[in-house]
Amino acid sequence: MNRQWFKSGVPWIWINAGAIAIAIVAVVGLLGLIMIRGMSHFWPAEVSEFKFQNKTQSTTIIAEIIETESIPAQTVPGFDHLTGNITRHLVKTGNRDILGGDFKWIYDQGMKSHEFPAEIMVLERVEWGNFYGYLKAVYEKDKLIASNEKAWPEFKQRLNRAVHLREKILDLEQGDIGAINYQLERLRLKQKRLQLDNKLDEARQTEISQQREVLKRQYQVLVQQTKTLYQDINRDSIRAIVMDGREITVPLEKIIKAWQPNKMNVIDKFGFYFTSLLSFILEDPREANTEGGIFPAIFGTVMMVLLMSIVVTPFGVIAAVYIREYAKQGIVIRIIRIAVNNLAGVPSIVYGVFGLGFFVYFMGAGIDQLFYPEALPAPTFGTPGLLWSSLTLALLTLPVVIVATEEGLSRIPRSLREGSLALGATKIETLWRVVLPMASPAIMTGLILAVARAAGEVAPLMLVGVVKLAPSLPLDGNLPFLHLDRKFMHLGFHIYDVGFQSPNVEAARPLVYATAFLLVIVIVTLNLSAINLRNKLREKYRALDN
Amino acid sequence: MNNSLPTKHYDTRSIKEQAAKYFVTLGGVSVIAAILLIFFYLLQVVIPMFSASHIKELTSYHSPVVDNAELSSSSAQKKIIPLRDKTLVIGLEEQGMIGARVTASGKVIFFNTTTGQVTSTQSLDIESAITSYSSHLDLVVLGLANGHARVLKIIYEVSYQNNVRTLTPKLKFPLGEESIELDPSGQALTQVVLQLNDDSAGLAAVTNDQRLVVSHYIREESFIDESFTTELESRSEKTIKSEVVKLALAPALDHLYVATQGDILYDYSLNDEGFVNVPAKYTFKHPITSIKLLLGGNSLLVGLHNGEVQQWMQVRTKNGSFLTFIRNFQENNQAVSVIATEHGRKGFAVSDNHGHLTLFYSTSQRTVASIEKLDSAITHMAWSSRAQHLLVVDDQQIMHLYHVDNEYPEVSWDVLFGKIWYEGYDEPDYIWQSSASTNDFEPKFSLVPLTFGTIKAAFYAMLFAIPIALLGAMFTAQFMAPRMRQTVKPTIEIMEALPTVILGFLAGLWLAPYVETHLAGVFTLFIILPFGFILSAFVWEKLPNKAIFEGWEAAILIPVILLMVWLSMTLSSPLENLLFNGSLRDYMSQQWGWGYDQRNSLVVGLIMGFAVIPTIFSIAEDALFSVPQHLIRGSLALGASRWQTMMYVVLPAASPAIFSAVMMGFGRAVGETMIVLMATGNTPLMDMSIFQGMRTLAANIAVEVPEAEVASTHYRILFLAAFILFSFTFIFNTIAELIRHRLRQRYSEL
Repeated sequence: MNRQWFKSGVPWIWINAGAIAIAIVAVVGLLGLIMIRGMSHFWPAEVSEFKFQNKTQSTTIIAEIIETESIPAQTVPGFDHLTGNITRHLVKTGNRDILGGDFKWIYDQGMKSHEFPAEIMVLERVEWGNFYGYLKAVYEKDKLIASNEKAWPEFKQRLNRAVHLREKILDLEQGDIGAINYQLERLRLKQKRLQLDNKLDEARQTEISQQREVLKRQYQVLVQQTKTLYQDINRDSIRAIVMDGREITVPLEKIIKAWQPNKMNVIDKFGFYFTSLLSFILEDPREANTEGGIFPAIFGTVMMVLLMSIVVTPFGVIAAVYIREYAKQGIVIRIIRIAVNNLAGVPSIVYGVFGLGFFVYFMGAGIDQLFYPEALPAPTFGTPGLLWSSLTLALLTLPVVIVATEEGLSRIPRSLREGSLALGATKIETLWRVVLPMASPAIMTGLILAVARAAGEVAPLMLVGVVKLAPSLPLDGNLPFLHLDRKFMHLGFHIYDVGFQSPNVEAARPLVYATAFLLVIVIVTLNLSAINLRNKLREKYRALDN
Repeated sequence: MNNSLPTKHYDTRSIKEQAAKYFVTLGGVSVIAAILLIFFYLLQVVIPMFSASHIKELTSYHSPVVDNAELSSSSAQKKIIPLRDKTLVIGLEEQGMIGARVTASGKVIFFNTTTGQVTSTQSLDIESAITSYSSHLDLVVLGLANGHARVLKIIYEVSYQNNVRTLTPKLKFPLGEESIELDPSGQALTQVVLQLNDDSAGLAAVTNDQRLVVSHYIREESFIDESFTTELESRSEKTIKSEVVKLALAPALDHLYVATQGDILYDYSLNDEGFVNVPAKYTFKHPITSIKLLLGGNSLLVGLHNGEVQQWMQVRTKNGSFLTFIRNFQENNQAVSVIATEHGRKGFAVSDNHGHLTLFYSTSQRTVASIEKLDSAITHMAWSSRAQHLLVVDDQQIMHLYHVDNEYPEVSWDVLFGKIWYEGYDEPDYIWQSSASTNDFEPKFSLVPLTFGTIKAAFYAMLFAIPIALLGAMFTAQFMAPRMRQTVKPTIEIMEALPTVILGFLAGLWLAPYVETHLAGVFTLFIILPFGFILSAFVWEKLPNKAIFEGWEAAILIPVILLMVWLSMTLSSPLENLLFNGSLRDYMSQQWGWGYDQRNSLVVGLIMGFAVIPTIFSIAEDALFSVPQHLIRGSLALGASRWQTMMYVVLPAASPAIFSAVMMGFGRAVGETMIVLMATGNTPLMDMSIFQGMRTLAANIAVEVPEAEVASTHYRILFLAAFILFSFTFIFNTIAELIRHRLRQRYSEL
């Protein structure tokens, strides 16, 4: 390398190129990392059986290998007499209730065998995480039904029945019984309301009591039904052998899914993969959100974003039309335009604080005083909820929509407006019939960007309405169907909560990656479509201009 | 007919036109108003904290007496009526509804504070004359002429009769209903003071023959009922030569402060057995008129003859702990007569012999409010426990009830942004510690550590983001092949759109542990990357047919980067083994004393840098790209190389926009919440180390706002933090935007 070459600046250009390459590697790498970790979660990993032998005893470990690494022996207690590197595996042994933990480090030293026995069974359980072991027998009450080879098909069949029963119970408990409880609560509020208004006379009182009686009777019937269902589901159980040789009884009621991964071929595995993925998307979370699905979080996110769009679009468009078409262009409107632009740069947490103070504590408390005095002191709207979250995010994304719409409006060629005006159309007619239709893709772009931003925003939502576990969805079959006052779950917050505040972060990590991947897909898709739309639009205008 | 139709049509159209105009204007203006609302609402929440406090006299009346015979026949109000039964102590109920007056004859008179009417009376049946007294909150101790002391506590029982809140004042005797013998030789007690704890109690007194007597008691709660048994543990005494003005006994029963006639304050150290060593002696410039312990008992307030009140605290030094002057309070030059401390905060009221009444707050060193209405000396003062009412008696036996409106005394500019010497600390410091307050603990609201953390996080983020974003923008705008640019720009836009919660999650759960185990590799990577780029350039130059790939250098470098990342990460562990005894992390803490947090500024810098890069990149790239072509062509035509054109033509032309890009990036880094929340330990410490975490304003808001009580000082300070963030980013962005605007104009002129 000579001085001349450095003087020509070529190396510096390459360093510049390196900078942008780093950025690209970082983005693609990050997306890839999330994708790989998020997607691999549902793949039925093979389960290994390790046998260890030392001087006195032999041990067996049945587990999935999570990761393998090679580290200097001297840093590991117990192996510090060795030199060089040793290989160790982080394995998931499951059986948290029996073994006390989910994960274990094992070392190649002393390992006698490492096999994948086909008979190993994995159970996904309602609580305590996965179970690993060998199926021994199936029991109905205390009666042996099948054992050894016959046990597996019998077990699968009976498991189907149990799963079916569990769904029924869930439907009853959450659907019908929940509805009755909701109605009872409404009756209580109605009565209190009448009391407050001094309109509670004998007739009304008896009417309410009667309704209550009816509901309570229905409730009794349903409770009876669930009781029988519970008896049914409690019928079967299995015996299984875990890695330390103990025989464990697992009631079928506690099992969600059972599979023998080492027996599966690729097609089975793909089938398993997609059913797992589907149930992840469609099911409710379990075990403090560390297991099960994320349906409520997806639903909550979508509801919130929809409501936000309904608010933000008209206001954003009107504001943009005003600024661009109606307001007197001058120093004031220039300041306003800059201010609107800069609001997009104001930290989102500030919007959260504003939403909490103004919407929740000021407006919400006011609404409660006026319309829901019967529920006080329990707040209805005077507490964080869906409505306030949507409004806060609408405010947050308003600048995005305004800026995008304004850009769209400004790019519409003068000739088109002038043409319309020359033909005798009024200003509003020109706007309504010519300008806005042409600007609609720009408005759409703005809205998509707003939705993408809102879907990923967490900080303000933590203050104005998101919770880690919402007891019910904001939309259900109980009047008035859409419950704007309810708290809701959100994908982004779910990631934060499960990743950082759950008791068993290590076990929940794959789930967080999967959630993150889902969120990333949504946001990247939205953004790419917005970018695409915008590019097409620009070309169209350019064509019009020429 | 032909004429009328179009006219009518025209009419509805013009009406529509007008309506649309008003509608759009109304809508537009209201949206803009909504935006302004954010600013004003935040301000509106913050302002009450800084508004002045008020003290207002509600009513005044002659001290309530049991039977009118005590008064002389004259019924004219406000005329001085000498009382036979002097007031010793006064007390006030929580909401200021009921007052209590303990008299020299051993009666406790309860009265309605609004009317001054006596509601009930209780007699203490004291066997001997009362020779001294003192009170602390609702606790009263009376020193008697026979060397005994009587302790009583005034409580107000709340009951609901027919849904009406009813208060019944009662007396309790925490150390037993009988008097306690303090001086066995039976000398009259000229000064007495009590300290009552859950499991111990202490009494100190000065006897008529100039002895200082201290006794310790052990208290045990009975399992059966809530009664206490009190047992004497020790009693000791010392002679004291000078006349004692006042005593104060620390809650831990380890210090007895004795103010003597003249200007000397003695600090006697105590233990369970009694006096330890000789007292420490402190001389004041003016005679001491009163002493009083502040809430929690860690600070001693010393009132002086020149109207000054000084706050002293026990401060630990290498040679033991000493009473140290902390701050002083002074409104006028009249001798301090009474100091009354608030029950739940570190505030106190001070009165003097000329009837001035001033409210101070110790931590914020603020004069909260004052009043100069009375023309007679104030002899007694009592706070209600909510600190909204103050009962005052003057030497003409007139009682005055004040309403005090003083919700945020603990806030001042110094508290928020200055060093404050808090109780229990060795020196003034910036501290943020907002948890709920107890008697011993006060919330500490310094915004400095948070601001520092914010700037620290932003600084490290910018350290990573600026080079990558700006150099990258330079390449993308001027050197990159158009086809590649078409894919790079959307990629960067995706980068900008990635939710910060995902970045934060990766930072906290993936990057932080990874960096911790590959520390040497990370630093190696920083060092070798630029060399790798130059080396690849050199190798590339030697290849034939390279010209077709001009503009694709960035793509060529991607495998190079991957290679170097792989290389430095694999080399990380051997490198640490070779140079740092196996772990750079441990080596640093052992050799250089650098502590290492797993979630530290390095991680925050990397990931927040990632989040900020697109902001800076987009603006800078836009400006660099739109530098007028004729400038560039002119430069190239004159024989400048591409790089020279970049450095001396393009960059100077776009420099204002680059500056504004950096400002915008900084604005984004300052306000970022989720990344910092998840990737740091959120400890509000002031430490510039890259291996330590921090707590930022935004993360602090996210953590604490949901728990803050509405309209409390804490809540309003968090709103202030939000307001600061809002104003800061808004101003920053506006400046950046104006700069860009100017630049765009300049380009169009060129």
